[in-house]
Order: sequence, then C-alpha cells, then structure tokens
Amino acid sequence: MTEGPELVGGEPEIREQPPWLERVAPRDVDWRSLALIPSLAVLSALVVGAIFIVFTEGFDAILPAYRALFTGAFVGWSSISETLLVATPLILAGLAVALGFRAGLFNIGAEGQMTIGGLVAVIAGFSFEGLPAILHIPVALLAGFLGGALWGFIPGLLRAKTGAHEVITTIMLNFIAFRTLDYVLKLPGIQAEGRFDPISQPVLPTARLPRILGWLPVDGAGGLRLHVGLLVALAMAWAVHWLLFKTTWGFEFRAVGANPHAAKYGGMSVVVAIVLVMTLSGALAGMAGGNETLGVLGRASPGFTAAIGFDAIALALLGRSHPGGVVLSAILFGALRAGGRTMQVQSEVGIDLIVIIQALIIIFIAAPELVRAIYRVRGGKETGQLTRGWST
Amino acid sequence: MRLELKNVTKRFPGVVANDSVDLTVSSGEIVGLLGENGAGKTTLMNILYGLYEADEGEVLIDGKQAKFAGPGDAIAAGIGMVHQHFMLVPVFDVTENVVLGVEPTRGPFGHIDIDEARDEVREISSKYRLAVDPDAIVEDLPVGVQQRIEIIKVLFREAEIIVFDEPTSVLTPQEVEDFFGIVRGLKEAGKGIIFITHKLGEMLEIADRIAVLRRGKIVGEAKPGTATKEDLAEMMVGRPVDLVVDKAPAQPKEVVLSVKDLVVQDERLHNAVNDVSFEVRSGEIVGIAGVQGNGQTELVEAITGLILPLAGSVTIGGEDITLASPRRLHQLEVAHVPEDRQRDGLVLSFDLVENLVLDSYYAKPYSRGIVMDWGEARRHADELIQQYDIRTPSAQLTASSLSGGNQQKLIVAREFARDTKLIIASQPTRGIDVGSIEYIHQRIVEERDDGAAVLIVSSELDEILALADRVLVMYRGKIVAEVPGSEATAADLGLFMAGAGV
Amino acid sequence: MTAVADAATLVRAPAEVRSARIRGFIYLILAVGTYGLLASGTEGDVIFRLGEVAGDLDWTVSSKGLATFSAAVFGFLGGWELTRGVGRWSNVALAIALGIFAFAFLGFAAAGKSLSLVGMLDGSVKAATPIAFGALSGVMCERVAVINIGIEGMLLTGAFMGAVLGTIVGPVVGVVGAAVAGGVMAAGLAVLAIKYRVDQIIAGVVINIFALGLTSFLSAQILVEDSATYNSPGVLRPIPLPLLSDIPVLGRVFFEQNIFVYAMFVIVAVLSYGLFKTRWGLRARAVGEHPKAADTLGINVFRTRYVNVILGGMIAGLGGAYFTLGSVGAFNENMTSGRGYIGLAAMIFGRWHPIGALAAALVFGFADSLQVKLGILDSGIPSEFLLMAPYLVTIVVVAGVVGAARPPAADGQPYVKE
Repeated sequence: MTEGPELVGGEPEIREQPPWLERVAPRDVDWRSLALIPSLAVLSALVVGAIFIVFTEGFDAILPAYRALFTGAFVGWSSISETLLVATPLILAGLAVALGFRAGLFNIGAEGQMTIGGLVAVIAGFSFEGLPAILHIPVALLAGFLGGALWGFIPGLLRAKTGAHEVITTIMLNFIAFRTLDYVLKLPGIQAEGRFDPISQPVLPTARLPRILGWLPVDGAGGLRLHVGLLVALAMAWAVHWLLFKTTWGFEFRAVGANPHAAKYGGMSVVVAIVLVMTLSGALAGMAGGNETLGVLGRASPGFTAAIGFDAIALALLGRSHPGGVVLSAILFGALRAGGRTMQVQSEVGIDLIVIIQALIIIFIAAPELVRAIYRVRGGKETGQLTRGWST
Repeated sequence: MRLELKNVTKRFPGVVANDSVDLTVSSGEIVGLLGENGAGKTTLMNILYGLYEADEGEVLIDGKQAKFAGPGDAIAAGIGMVHQHFMLVPVFDVTENVVLGVEPTRGPFGHIDIDEARDEVREISSKYRLAVDPDAIVEDLPVGVQQRIEIIKVLFREAEIIVFDEPTSVLTPQEVEDFFGIVRGLKEAGKGIIFITHKLGEMLEIADRIAVLRRGKIVGEAKPGTATKEDLAEMMVGRPVDLVVDKAPAQPKEVVLSVKDLVVQDERLHNAVNDVSFEVRSGEIVGIAGVQGNGQTELVEAITGLILPLAGSVTIGGEDITLASPRRLHQLEVAHVPEDRQRDGLVLSFDLVENLVLDSYYAKPYSRGIVMDWGEARRHADELIQQYDIRTPSAQLTASSLSGGNQQKLIVAREFARDTKLIIASQPTRGIDVGSIEYIHQRIVEERDDGAAVLIVSSELDEILALADRVLVMYRGKIVAEVPGSEATAADLGLFMAGAGV
Repeated sequence: MTAVADAATLVRAPAEVRSARIRGFIYLILAVGTYGLLASGTEGDVIFRLGEVAGDLDWTVSSKGLATFSAAVFGFLGGWELTRGVGRWSNVALAIALGIFAFAFLGFAAAGKSLSLVGMLDGSVKAATPIAFGALSGVMCERVAVINIGIEGMLLTGAFMGAVLGTIVGPVVGVVGAAVAGGVMAAGLAVLAIKYRVDQIIAGVVINIFALGLTSFLSAQILVEDSATYNSPGVLRPIPLPLLSDIPVLGRVFFEQNIFVYAMFVIVAVLSYGLFKTRWGLRARAVGEHPKAADTLGINVFRTRYVNVILGGMIAGLGGAYFTLGSVGAFNENMTSGRGYIGLAAMIFGRWHPIGALAAALVFGFADSLQVKLGILDSGIPSEFLLMAPYLVTIVVVAGVVGAARPPAADGQPYVKE
C-alpha cells in the first residue's frame, strides 16, 4: 500500500484515495460537485455537440437546432408534458442503476430488465378481463416489477456465487432479452390479432395508466400524455432514498459496496446483499418497462425500451447515485430527448446527436478534473475508483 | 563512497514529514535510523531513493549534489533499497524479479538472455552466501528467502549504499542473527548501510552509530556502547517510556474458548492451520507468538467466522461455533480486533458513527426491525469518542481522516465498549504510535481483569512477553510450545518460532 | 489434493472438491438432457462433408449414435468430477465435451441431410476473427492492469473508419485508418483511466456509448445520404497461400482466408513471443502484477500503460475493420452486436494469454457459425433462440471459468504515485 507520512498523535494522515465508492456515489455532496460541475459538464457537452453540427450540417444549423431542442423541451404545456413523460421511465431506470452503484455493482442490464418487465406487464395488462382498474393497474405494475426482478436476479446470483462480473452477464442478458421479446411477440395468444409482425395485443383499458394532465386545454391530437407513472416514479425515488439511508438493508448495501471485507466482518452476508441489490435493481428497471407499455405505448413491440436503460447509466452517474440527483438528471435527459425529437423534426440535425451529447456529459462527469482543468475551478474531493477487477 | 543528506525538508498538506534532516553514511559503516511509526523515516528514505522530491535541502554523493528524478537515477548512483514490504512480483521467478528493469538482452527485439541472468544470480548468491533457487516462483517461497532475493536485487545493481527498511519484522530471533551476519558481511565488503528499525535491542546490536528521528527532526545521535534501550526510547518518544506493562497476576476461571484439532486451508489449498488445539479461560490473556505466515492469520479468521475450517471444532462457552458466522459470534459476545484494520475492521469512506455500529447495527438499540435509529447511534459514537480518546474534530468525518493509531482506537472502542466474553486481537498495535500502543495495552489488561478471556496474536515478541499470561508458539500451522508468561524468554520463544521444538 | 490430519473429521469439503461436485452434477444433467432431447426419437444419419465437393471426403454417422456418444461423454465426465475430480484439465475437458456436443447437436438438426463441415469450420474461423481481435486487445490492456470494456466501441469505430476511408481512398488506407481510430479511442480511455483515474469500467462504458452515438450519428447524417461516396469500400478478397491451401480440410479453413485472419494469427504469435520472452513483455507484465515494484525499479508505470493500451486499441480498431472491409462491405449502425464483450469473455476464458484467447475465440466463433448453420438447416428451433446462442455461451463461460482464472494482480486499480 502507499506509505504516506504519518503523524504522531491525533492528526490526520495523508493516505491513498478514499475507497472507490466516493467517485460515483459520494457521501458528501458540496454545491460544487452537485450543481456547478454538472452544469459545466452539460454546457461543455452542448458546445462539443455544436462542433459536430458544424462538421455535418454547417455553422448555420447550430442555432435552429438548439432552439428547437430548447422549445421542444420546455416551452409550452405540451413540451413540459413530453419532457416529464420521457423522464418517468428514466427516473425508474436511473434509480435501478444508482442502487447498483451504491452497492458496488454495475447494472448495465437495465435495458434487458426493462424489456422483460415491460413484456410481463403487457401480458398482465391484456389478460385478466373484467378486473377493475383499481386492481388491474397494481397487478400489471407488479408484474413488471417481478419480470425485471427475475432478470436482475440472474446476474446477481451469478456474481455472488461464481464471481461472474455483472458487466458481461447483464450485457449478454440484454441481447437475450431482446431476442426473447422477438420470439414471444410472435406467439399465438400474445401476438396481436391479425398481425404478422412481432407486436403484442393491446393492453386493456383497465390496465392503462391514467393521464393526469388531461384537464389542461391544449390543441393538438389527444391531449397531454403525461400519466400517473410519474407519481409512481417519484414515490419510488423516495422509497429508494429511505431504503439506502434509513434502513439496515441500505446500510448493508452501502457497506458491501464500500468494503465487502469489512461488511463480512460486521456480520453482513455479501452474497445476500449482492443478490438482493441486483434483484431490486432489476425490479425498478422492470417497472420502467411496465411504465412504458402500460402508460405510453399500450402495447409491446421490439425496441420499445428505446435505449432508456443505457441513458440510465449516464444519469445515475450525473446524479451521483443519489435518488434526488437521479430525479433531476432524469428530467434533464427527458428534456434532451423530448427536445431532441423536435430538433430532428424541425431542423436538419438527427437525434443521434443527443446520444453524443449524453456520452460527453458522462465523460465530463466521470472526470471532474477534466471540467476543472477546462474552466479552472478549484478542486474538491471526488476521487477513487469502483472497480475490483473481474472477480469479487 | 560518502552519502550525505543535508538539511532535507519535506512537507505534505498539514504536516512536516522531514524537518532539516542531516544524515551521513560512508562505505564500511552501519548507521541506524531509529524512530517510531510516523516519525518520518520512510519519507526520508523515499527522498533518498528518488520516489519523493525534497522541498528543501540536498543529497550529496562524495561531495557532489545528486538529483534523482526517480528510482532509476538513485540505482544508477549506487543506492539500493530493501523495502519493508517486499517489492517482488509474486508470479515471476527469482531471476525475473532480480533482473527486472536491468535485463540482459540479445538482439533487436529485446529478447531477454535468461541464461546469463541466471548465472549472474547464482554468482551473487554464492559470493554473499544468500542461498536461493533462481528458478523458484516467488510466491511459493517463504518470507526469509524472499528477503534474500531483495538483497540480491540490490547487489545485482552494484549498490554501494544499501538501505534496510524494517528488515527483521518477518524473521525469528535466530534468523535475525543470521541476517545480521549477512549485514556485517556486506559492511566488510565495503558497503555503507542505513539500517531502519523501531526495535531498540536490535539497533543496539547491529549499528555502529544511531540517529534518532522524532516528528521529522533528528533529535540526537547515540552510540551503542553508551546508550541503553531506555535512553533510546526516551529519545524516540520525547518522554520516559514504560517498556513494561503493569499487570497483576492472572486469575483464570472457566474455559471460554476451546479449539480442538482445527484444520484450515489457505487460498492455495495448503493446510495453513494443521491440527491445532488450545483453550482460553476467562480472566487470562493467551498470546500466540510466531513469525507472520505460520498460520496465525488463518487461525484467527477461522475462529472468528471469516473463513470456514476444513476439520476440527471451535466452541465458545460450550456452544459449537465451528461453522458459525461473524454475526453469531457477535451475538455470543465475542469481540474481534482484526489484523488488517483498513481492510476488515473499518469502512474508510463511512463516518465514525457508521463505523462504530458496523457490527452491532442489526439489533436494538441501533435499529428496530429494518429501520435504523441513527440518533441513538450518534449518541453512542459521541460517548465512545470521548471515552476512548479518539482524536477527531467531529464524528461526521470519514474514518480515512483518522491516523493509524486513532483508527485502531476506534476499533478497540467499538469492540471493548460492549459486554464481552471473549476478545480476539490480532496484531493489535501494528504500525501505530507509542501513545496509542500504551493505551491499547492498558485497555486489554483492564478487560482481562473484568473477566474477559483474551486471545492475542502478535508477531512482536515484546508485545507477547509484556501482555501474555500464557504463551503459545505457532510454527508451520501447529502449536509447538506452551510456556507460562512468567517463564517465557525471547531466546526460548525464538527457538520455538524457528521450529526448534518440532 | 492436500493431506488432511488423519484423526480429524471433515466439517465440510475442501473448495476444490465442492466445485468439482458442482461441475459433475451439471455434467450429469447435461448427459440426461442430451440423451433425452437429441438422441431418443432421432432417426436417420447425418453426412458431414469434409471436402469441397460432395462425396469427396464424407463422414456418415448415425445422428442418434452421435447424440448418445455426446451424452456418454457428459456422463463420463460427470462421474469423473464427482469421484476423483478432473483438476487442472477441467477447462480443457469442458471445451472438448462442448465440442462433441456441438457435433451431436448438428447431427440432430441435420438428421437425414448433409452438412458441409468444412464450410462450418471456415465460418467458425471467420466468425472468430473479430472476437479474437477483441480478446487480443483485451489481453494487451489487462496485462498492464487496465480493464478495457471499451473494446466494443473501438471495434465499431474501426469498422466505421475502415468503411469510410476504404471508400474514399482505398482498402489499405481503410485498414490503417481503422487501426489509428482504435488507437485514438484507446488513448481517450487511457487518459481517463490513467491520468484522471476515472473508474476503468465506467471509462470503457463511456467509450462504447460515445462510439455508438458518434458512428450512428455520422452514419445517419452522412453515410446514408450518399453511400456511394462514403460507404462502399468493398470486401478484401481471400488470399490462398500457395501449397498450404491445398491441404485437405485445413487448407481451406486456415490458409485460404483474407488478410485479417492471417493478421490475427501473426498478432497472436508476436504477442506471445513479446509478452513472455522480451524485455518489453517482462516490464509490461510487472506493471500489471505489481506496479509499485516496477516503479521502485525505475520502470515508468504510466508510460508503459499508455503505450500498451493504445497498442491494444489499435488492435481492436484493426479488428473492427474486419466487419466492413473483411466481411460485409459497408457500415451499418451498431454492426458489432456485442462482439467486443464476447471478446472480453474469450480473454478471460483464455486466461489472459494470447494463444488461449485465440482458442477461446475459435470456440465462440464455432458457436456463432453453428447458429447460422442451424438457421439454414431449418432445424425447427426458432431463429431467435439460435441468435441467442453466442450470448448464452458467453454467460456459461464467464460464470464457469472466472473463479478459477487469475487476472493480473493489479487489474483495474489505478496507480497512485505520491
């Protein structure tokens, strides 16, 4: 280990970086790390994004593109409804990834867990005819929860028992989930009547998540799409916060994440913690899937997860793996997506730019020194690394 | 060759590690550098070796200033370092470790001439009587042999000044004698030697003269002929030090811990603990002496539930806990001060409150069901910090902000403050300052007098001799001797530690 | 096995016995499953064609017999693991058993028909190539203790560059450009991981997201609009080696491939020699196992890591060019489909050794090629499940092998110098 100088008596030692958790799931968040650095990161990402626009469409394309981005996200009830609508599954998936990070686990499988969860939710959604909405909705959401939980349990168990790193297993399970969806959506009984492409039967009206802004007067077809899922997501954010910081379970998860040896010494079961965290994480992602199929789409078709699971990784990092931060970041990413759609329609710039901007945001967040170096902001305490290599 | 450190000063944020240090070493002499943990010895040597850069002062070789940008420069200048923690790549063999960085090559692609390397290793090995097998894989070798490899490394690079940093911590008293023979041989061959240790007796035996470092400053020089251990201790710490622990004779009562025929495998599936049996009674301190690596670590881990034994049994107060978890042991009022405090005993990124309930959070009063009562935990923490004199401005700071001594006191506070039937402390005072050592020794004796059964495992013979009512010696996974504390001597124990009793 | 004190009664089985038991149990389940699913009820013979022309070198065998044989092999291994334990060769045994199973599976799927085995082996080598490049890239990086999750992104970037530069200038420039692009991506990873000490897995994930976004964006904005100018590089033809390519069976499979496959073999040889026989290799491995020791001996840990990671990235970039210039002939969004991650699994399966990585990549390539073949054969297995095959195999490998394998000791830890 590094041998820094030690002081005799009670004065602080200089030792090597505080353990790895600090970078991604820090305990103390000062205003610099919570507000300033992320804001600068977003700003820098937009600037670099502008460079890409120049390169592909020319200098003149920047302003219309970013204007469309902004109005599409924030201007008018319709935009706000869309932003929050898109943010809802991002909150849930982001919580899933953040919960994992707090326990030292990389859940790259939110996309697959969403897929399976959404699929099971849809099946529960079009079965159970005659069930009143007050029962059908919770049942369907629960189905999504359980579907995702299963898809999180598998890599959790593999990691806990065999040491198989969850980065690889969850990514593999993502691919497996997509193919499973393709297959299931063509099965009789699940496939929509009269269709030959993979698409599910529509969810019964009693299982659809009710809209909450329908009372607002707005022109355009159908009314505002924002639904109850947002409230469910916010409730889950509160629940995750309570779990992590006010319960014994949360203490164990955080301890296992920070130092599994000490956790074991303290009597905690590292195996149980890993399995539980991955399962709960998968369950949250599964709820995100259920949210999409029950609230927005009304059915399941291939690709319905729309890379939300991958965005969730970025926004968990941006939100420092803190439920509050996750909610704020999800709203930001929701704004980028909703605005991005408008940008794609109204300007020459395609929506893939948003992916680049998001990747840049993560880079700048993960390397705050980089942002500091660019803007000459004075240093804080983010340090450390998470990785323990390939096995426990 | 004449090496001089002149006015060397090195600062880190918040502390002056070296303060205007002057030190001179010439060929053919052994200079001892004495200081307690944290005095600045390693920092000074790291400056000498090019790993740090001094803020002020200079390093002179034969009168000319030398600037080292890195260890490469220091090596080229003829300075060799045998580190406290060996710098050997475990999966490489001896030859590869010796030549790393100065490999003999052939051809344009840098093909290593391994035969030439091997021959040269053999040559040095026989010339200085450092027996090693050039093809052995390092991780399979015992610690004493690994040390010889470090010395060969230094000689391979033709060092003129050799620094030994705490070289005897892994040796039995007999091996120390052999080692001193090697060191004297190097001195006769004309090498200049800097010998760093905190062990007073050894210093007096090997050094020609002794420089004492305290809080970064050289506070004086001593000559072995005239100075005593007490003198040295006082110079090291700045006040008279009681080298003996004050304790009344033990009054052991019923058996608390009973270990029978225990067999424990290590990571490489050898029997680290090979058929060990012993008992510890309430009101006595049993000390297990032995050089690190003879199975003590695995023994403690097996007893405390961190690993599972292969065979045998462990009972506490009659209950069989052979396969029990650390949680169960905690419920049975067993306290464990672990060997590696940073890895096992603390979560460095948690604050002091969280660390102080690390093993007791699961029950009342710190939690009810699944819900934590952090208020109660904070109260408990404030109380313990006061009681055990843990020096920190706040309980909300992370454990990483504490010094080594205070971290150990934190662990001791957590473990001793509750009702305990059995205390197991492994290397309880490793790497901490004298003040904390004294404090922890006192608390251990207090717990014993309160009726606890205490098991101490330590590779510091002085600690065992000071604390133990009964001494067991562990060698190659077996208990090879049992001696009452009052009759134990370093010489006898040393023989057992080297396997003489087998 | 280690000796245990005679008088002692074991309270539980030693670790190696336990894992052997688990393996044995799983083998027995596989034996029963194989017999039940593949052997019973199967009729007909399968003809494995080993030559170029039908009838040249054929091997006709009963499908049921083959499946029964596979079940027997599993059963035998199961018994062996349960009683004595296979020990050091258990990975090799697993690989062989899986290979035999693959044949049995083919026999089942193609019962009553014929199957070009040469074609399958040829396809396996081709499918293995990008995976092997990924695995070799991983070996380069992890040997100096830098985990490279970003291989997927580097492959993708290499594929893109290969396509674009291959179209605009020519295939040679395309290949070189791909390697450079991979190197640039890796330089980004290196800076994030080494200089800014970002967690290496996060840095790798970021590289992948960024590469995906960038290549998709540029593909949609530029390549799709005008594919003639930007996205039609064509495919590099296979180059048959004189004399060697006439060898039956092996000739076509190994000596009549395109430049990428040959490059793969060359790189494996060069890396194996370099890592274990040269000064560069010794120092690199030292940096990966015990960077502090290397540092104290004057080796520049940071520079070693930078150099090796960038070289690793170049290898990955080169491998990426295989997709466009060696296989498809044009760039499609996200065309790498997880091959980078499978490459990582191959690296672990191959125990971080270039030759092991190649062997593992061939196994994965076989699984890939198997899936294609079964699709063609119309075997009655839904295509979606066939497509899952490589991913399932990866999970099985990673779960079964990781515990036993030892990565470089400092893997994943940034080096902190005071």
